[in-house]
Amino acid sequence: MDSSSGEPMLPDARQAWLDAQQAGWGDPARLHRPGRLAAQALDQAREVVAAAVGARPDEVVFTASAAHSNYAAIAGLALGRRRVGSHIVTTAIDHSSVLAAARETGSYTAVEVDHEGHVDLERWTDAVGAAGTAAACIQVANHEVGTLQPFMKAAEICQRADVPLVLDASAALGRIELADAGGWSVLTGWAGAFGGPASVGILVIKKNARWRAPYPTDDYQGGRWPGVPDVPAIYAGAVALDCWLRAGPTIGRHQRQLIDKLRAGIAQHIPDVDVAGDPVRRVPHLLTFSVLYVDGETLTLELDKAGIAVASGSACSASSEHPSHVLAAMGALTHGNVRIGLTWTTTDAEIDRFLAVLPPIVAGIRATVGAS
Amino acid sequence: MKCPRPIIEIARRIGEVGIGAVVELLADDPAAGPDLAAWCRMRGQTLVTADPPRFLVRRES
Repeated sequence: MDSSSGEPMLPDARQAWLDAQQAGWGDPARLHRPGRLAAQALDQAREVVAAAVGARPDEVVFTASAAHSNYAAIAGLALGRRRVGSHIVTTAIDHSSVLAAARETGSYTAVEVDHEGHVDLERWTDAVGAAGTAAACIQVANHEVGTLQPFMKAAEICQRADVPLVLDASAALGRIELADAGGWSVLTGWAGAFGGPASVGILVIKKNARWRAPYPTDDYQGGRWPGVPDVPAIYAGAVALDCWLRAGPTIGRHQRQLIDKLRAGIAQHIPDVDVAGDPVRRVPHLLTFSVLYVDGETLTLELDKAGIAVASGSACSASSEHPSHVLAAMGALTHGNVRIGLTWTTTDAEIDRFLAVLPPIVAGIRATVGAS
Repeated sequence: MKCPRPIIEIARRIGEVGIGAVVELLADDPAAGPDLAAWCRMRGQTLVTADPPRFLVRRES
């Protein structure tokens, strides 16, 4: 139940990728037949993404990852707006790639969030309206706790202040309706988040956006991202998105119920647990909770022994030594953290099993450390 | 067993002081600050000062 590093490839996406490899598509810039087939596939992929986000196909660019897209979006707007300033406004719980990109451009403000992760709109307004603000970036939904940001209000505030906005849709694309998402300038996403290939990042740049490529470019993708596009991977990504746009509402509804069941079951059967994020205004498939007096690494390993794969935002289980900046900014407990991401195929039985298996594991670890 | 250790310790020791008394905790774990604040919230105690690695917690209950 770990989709934090990406959901496994949907079967239709995998098949599309294999078919594309078989068909021998070529460089979409070439005039020969394999090139023309690739160009058509790329056009189709752009149309699927454009329809999902309410943009034009010629505004859609494919990059190498969400991190690449977030950097391109933020640094590109900062470059386009350098005469105004170089200050970036984002939230305290935006993705680490957003915070890293903001740090790179110069100075930034990470606007505070409440205990469920919603950004403080008053402070957002003040920060966006400050002199020297080049651009702002807000996530549609948080990638760890799932909380939906008031991204449409945040966009309105940016429009009134004439500050271009990046919408990081990575955790939400394909899962919630984004075709009328409001006044953003650049939107980012990642195919790996919804069962497409991990190598496909999404970058949608509105025609009138004050954006300039902050890296060297060539003739591919309208001079917005360099290199021959990996068309089979991009096409597979579009197929995955299309799967979600068709069946997503039904699967999403089921996932929402499963997460509701998990939230209730965990609170009921595990004493001293901190369940993070907005229980209602959230994406359907994510859940994060932290277990008092238990370390995340041991918890993850014990669950793995029981055949359940989860992620953790605890300091001791991360590749860095630091706890989740998202949980810390929300005032949520960071140790003993379990991060769950439901997939296309998660069943009721898997959820029931998780709820059966977790309490004895927690009790066992607590007994070992002598914690009450 | 690293990250919860400071919190486990303060949970164990808070009962040794009277209500209203203050306990000093020294922890250089980067999670100590956020987790102490969260533990105080979950347990109804007060985090008086947070000056890593030094923290002061007042027992309220």
